[in-house]
Amino acid sequence: MNNLLTTEDLSRETLDRLLDLSDEFVEVLDREIPKVPPLRGLTVATLFFEPSTRTRISFERAAKALSADVMSFSPGTSSLKKGESLKDTALTLRAMGADIMVVRHRAVGAPWRVAEWVDVPVVNGGDGAHQHPTQALLDALTIRRHFGKLDGLEIGIVGDIRHSRVARSDVYAFATLGAKVTLIAPRTLLPRDLEGWPCTSTGDLDEVLEQLDVVYLLRVQAERGGATAFPSWPEYVGRFGLSRERFARLGEGAVVMHPGPMNRGVEIAPEVADSDRALVLDQVRLGVAARMAVLFTLATGRGLTREVTA
Amino acid sequence: MTILIRGGEVLTPEGLQVLDVLVEGDRVARLGEDLHAPAADVVDATGCWVGPGFVDLHVHLREPGHEWKEDIASGTAAAAAGGFTLVVAMPNTDPPIDSGHLARFVTERARLVGHCEVRPAGCITLGRAGAYLAHLDELWDAGVRIFTDDGDGVADAGLLRHAMEYLAERGGVVAQHPEDPGLARDGHMHEGSVSARLGMAGLPALAEELMVARDLALVRETGTRYHVQHVSTRGTLRLIAEAKAEGLPVTAEVTPHHLTFDHSRVETMDPDYKMYPPLRTPEDVDALVAAVRDGTIDAVATDHAPHAAHEREVPFEEAPRGVIGLETAFAATLAAVGPDPQLLFERLSIAPARILGAERHGVPVQVGGPANLVVVDPTVVWTPTTFVSRAENSPWRGTELTGRPVATIHEGMLTHHDAVVGR
Repeated sequence: MNNLLTTEDLSRETLDRLLDLSDEFVEVLDREIPKVPPLRGLTVATLFFEPSTRTRISFERAAKALSADVMSFSPGTSSLKKGESLKDTALTLRAMGADIMVVRHRAVGAPWRVAEWVDVPVVNGGDGAHQHPTQALLDALTIRRHFGKLDGLEIGIVGDIRHSRVARSDVYAFATLGAKVTLIAPRTLLPRDLEGWPCTSTGDLDEVLEQLDVVYLLRVQAERGGATAFPSWPEYVGRFGLSRERFARLGEGAVVMHPGPMNRGVEIAPEVADSDRALVLDQVRLGVAARMAVLFTLATGRGLTREVTA
Repeated sequence: MTILIRGGEVLTPEGLQVLDVLVEGDRVARLGEDLHAPAADVVDATGCWVGPGFVDLHVHLREPGHEWKEDIASGTAAAAAGGFTLVVAMPNTDPPIDSGHLARFVTERARLVGHCEVRPAGCITLGRAGAYLAHLDELWDAGVRIFTDDGDGVADAGLLRHAMEYLAERGGVVAQHPEDPGLARDGHMHEGSVSARLGMAGLPALAEELMVARDLALVRETGTRYHVQHVSTRGTLRLIAEAKAEGLPVTAEVTPHHLTFDHSRVETMDPDYKMYPPLRTPEDVDALVAAVRDGTIDAVATDHAPHAAHEREVPFEEAPRGVIGLETAFAATLAAVGPDPQLLFERLSIAPARILGAERHGVPVQVGGPANLVVVDPTVVWTPTTFVSRAENSPWRGTELTGRPVATIHEGMLTHHDAVVGR
């Protein structure tokens, strides 16, 4: 693995290996001193061209737990406002000594472009509505740790699929790991063409609710035009919100997930968000371990690491 | 200047014949076998086709205002290298060509520094803003015959109707970049399976077809000559075929890139595949090629759209639209439609000259005829790596191509002579 850009081409074997490694790093993070040295002397640069707090902090926490140094780039304080091209920004950070780059950008494909220009591993930290592979990895990790495996599980992804890089990443990762994935959304929030996607789709949450092992809720991305896709918020909440009533109808072992940030009272009722069957905080916690696994794997792949001590 | 083109297969009014062509001044002086002209520059055309110089109805020369991308000198040099003797410059410059003195500037500048003839197209609306009519009268008096807000469609049907009524009296051509702004909103590529997977907002085929359908209703009412720019969908082809069958004064062009590539190319994330209209489906590509053969499409036009390298060093969605095409037009069209010299000269020269009313262009080679000629080698293999154009944003960069202009003659002057490649 030279870069981690998309989940579309990840094999079962690669995913399993990353998840196994993540499990080991979960154990590291539970130690009294939650830190190991394999990336000592290396610098992880986070290039977040789109505002983000949680993903950046998670990556930086993962890098530091592997003893790497961290450089942060964000547009608010940068020369982007002075008209610098993406290429020049990437080359500048590389020249300052970045050994691994994590790129988040509102435009699709930005991490692919950066990977063409620099000679170090690139992690896609989210590009437009396209891909967010570490999110898929941490989601799969959360599910695997809860159920033991993904094989045979029924996972419903509910909400604004059209504008969601999380959905595009999860669909491929979950399906490759053996789960049966259903996209659940109004037609105006589904991609217009699902040719080649390893999943099915429906516009009726209530029809499939009781079969689901995992209900994965997404926020409506009003800033990307999601909110113009239905007549009113009450109409959307009534059809696709995970209310207390719907939550009560879930199967006994079913769990609820959400990539955050949650809009309580919209896609998820407050009581559901706070229930012990909502794995939202597990996702956040396990995200650090999953990102450690990614950074470690990329560094190892390029021969950058020291002895494995995890 | 005297030029002897020796041994080529020449497109004459009687068809293709192996002949020598002697050019003296701005005329074809003699046609025959084994011509001798001791003082002439000699172009060896053995194995080549000789015909009227190519005419491009759709190029962006970027002058005035965007000279870091291209200018009239560099753009027309690229045109000459591509075999063109006449190009129509789109008016989306800064300032846009919406009044007489600006059109005259382009024409005069081309006379001074150009390597081929340039005819400016004029805006339909003032400043290309879509609100008021441009100075159509001044533009007409300055020699403008094609009117377009290229880069944007004219969305306001009432305003377009006024422009059509005004131009119908004079015989001007309304050329439309058909793209319904509501349906195309925020789109960056063809709306379909690839855009869905990439999470990019799409430009539906319907955005083009809806505007063409509307415009054809206006043409039916006003009788204005109407030209569809860069057709990209099967649905548009159906509309054009029906309009032609009905006898409406409608013509259409297609670009070499739409004859070659489909939307799967966008998966590379390479901005060299970003253009409006976008690359469509493989079925659309096949239909466009068939339409070039059957005449639903009249002309191949490049939509040569130069951008500086640094402007493309950004993500796909943030890259400017359009690719260059003048220097690769012949090879790309040859690859798409096959080695049919009559058809190629018809689509690349004769038909576009006719649409433009350019009497000295698109004329099969004949004694006394204008010396606007091109010599093309249909078999030479080459790979474009550098360009005469100031820009390099070509989807064919680094790709092996077959066929290339060997010499271009504009008004009796050699504007391009490929003495090395393939000789």
